[in-house]
Amino acid sequence: MKRALYLLPVLLFLGLAGYFVLALQPGYDPHVLPSVMIDKEAPAFSLAGLSGDGISREGLKGKPFVVNFFASWCVPCREEHPLLMRLSEKEHIPLYGIAYKDRPEDSRRLLTQFGNPYRAVGIDNDGRAGLDFGVYGVPETYLVDGSGHIRKKFTGPMTAQQVQQELLPMLKDLGGS
Amino acid sequence: MRPILRSLCLAAFLLLSGSAFAVEPNEQLADPALEARARSISTGLRCLVCQNETIDESNAGLAHDIRTLLRERLVAGDSDQQAVQAIVDRYGEFVLLQPRLHPATLVLWFGPFILLAVALGGGFVWMRHRSNATEVAPPLSQDDRVRLAALMQEHES
Repeated sequence: MKRALYLLPVLLFLGLAGYFVLALQPGYDPHVLPSVMIDKEAPAFSLAGLSGDGISREGLKGKPFVVNFFASWCVPCREEHPLLMRLSEKEHIPLYGIAYKDRPEDSRRLLTQFGNPYRAVGIDNDGRAGLDFGVYGVPETYLVDGSGHIRKKFTGPMTAQQVQQELLPMLKDLGGS
Repeated sequence: MRPILRSLCLAAFLLLSGSAFAVEPNEQLADPALEARARSISTGLRCLVCQNETIDESNAGLAHDIRTLLRERLVAGDSDQQAVQAIVDRYGEFVLLQPRLHPATLVLWFGPFILLAVALGGGFVWMRHRSNATEVAPPLSQDDRVRLAALMQEHES
């Protein structure tokens, strides 16, 4: 019994070390919040279009789709942009954009300058659609299934690895792309 | 004005100006009772982009949006609880500065008390053990006394 007590510090150390190993894994970011929206119905939104048709939940429902919140003032969005271009040109995924708290002319200029990966873009000037989705920093990307339920959320710019290992397989499973 | 009086005035103004200006005038509700409720709720909600500031104190855009949403819900006739729930539904319980009590937060709520109890219990056992262990040393034997006397003499001489 008493001998066992001497093992306690060792056990404590192992527990702590194990936690550190876990927390040091690449890709572990303590600032990323788990989304409470996963598997819930996507909030209703109906936004005017940046050029041409607007987008709404009812309009997109029926087939899985991907919504990307972006803004011209957002630096990480530019980092993510080439990946989005590839996704739309090579993989032809149903990608829709929501311009979050951005002036329409600025969003338009961004898309003319760097290319437009979106099938349609909605204007969310006051950030209300973002608020309903639980957006707390752009870019954020949501995968919505055919019944209109959110299945996956990516906070911050997606990486090529996340796209290959998570987004594309999930989208395929849902019967999209 | 004398310098000392002047600096006292300045100090008083600085104290008053504190954190009151995050809530912008155009956000405030006309009904003072509703506004007071909104203020008291928003001091308990975390701003998600500047974590560990309340949305009441934060100047971040997101904090402004959440304050506006909160006031909208209150005006629409929500109870305090319903209004808070509307925000928790979007951002999760992380927005609550005081976490709710449920199985996942039991350790958070009671862990410190359990640790304290363990530490006190351990300390108590250790103290008792120690007081039992302090026995009086046996008196010196005849041989020891002779050796001691010899050593003392050596030292003194």
